[in-house]
Amino acid sequence: MPNAVSALNGKAFSGFAQITEAGLQGMITLRGDLASPVIAEAVRAATGTPVPGPRQVVSAGGKSALWMSPDELLLLVPYADAAGIAAQLTPALSGEHALAVNVSDARAMFRIQGAKAAQVLQKLAPVDFDTLGADEVRRSRLAQVAAAMWKSGPDEFTVIGFRSVAGYIMGLLENAALPGSEIA
Amino acid sequence: MLILECPCCGVKAEETELAPGGEAHLKRYGPGSSDEDFDNYMFARANPKGVHFERWRHAYGCGKWFLAARCTATLEVFGTYPAQTTEPPAELQAYIKSRRPEWEGYK
Ligand SMILES: [Zn+2]
Repeated sequence: MPNAVSALNGKAFSGFAQITEAGLQGMITLRGDLASPVIAEAVRAATGTPVPGPRQVVSAGGKSALWMSPDELLLLVPYADAAGIAAQLTPALSGEHALAVNVSDARAMFRIQGAKAAQVLQKLAPVDFDTLGADEVRRSRLAQVAAAMWKSGPDEFTVIGFRSVAGYIMGLLENAALPGSEIA
Repeated sequence: MLILECPCCGVKAEETELAPGGEAHLKRYGPGSSDEDFDNYMFARANPKGVHFERWRHAYGCGKWFLAARCTATLEVFGTYPAQTTEPPAELQAYIKSRRPEWEGYK
């Protein structure tokens, strides 16, 4: 087993909010008919959660399922388990027009923590964070790159982007969190 | 600024989260069609000042294509609807007519 490292190896920054590249995170893309009972069963086996409703994130025991589009989920599982769970999903989905792929090493995850965490994202995304639901995943852009974000705690947001632009995203988040640059 | 509600995921997406796809409801003329039909399909666009039907893709969101009716002069959005339709829904056409009585109607 090669020594896996996340995109920015846990890089962190302290501004008016705390920015952290979240390290290795297992992520599995699952595409198919989300109304199918076979998919519901496969998701339950993989994450212990039901299939999330539109734009929702559901979590159980440290695993999550995120609704990404009408025919796509992103499953968050421990990094070490991702390959095995993805391998189990394929036979579990046999007969379905569906696909499960381990994309852990193609993505990067960030956490933004602090009472003013939302302000960091407000500067970067055309999203109304005041109306964002507690368990709502919002896919949008951070400046020029695609990202998915949700409120993962009382004072915490989690962001997922493509690994190839992890450095760009970290730069954006650091700059937006510079001390003294609070919106209010 | 243009804000369109994506009918596939429900997000009120701002223009920069979307990719434009040009005029909606074009009929494709492919192999075997006349040169004139193909020429019209390939190059002729309505480009109206006023009510217009367009294709948009929720590029930075759910990734799906959808259709939108809007006014090109005022940017008023009349509505959005699924791409799997051959013409604007009747209710949407009625609503546009109520907003733009002078509109000559869809085809
Ligand atoms: Zn959408």
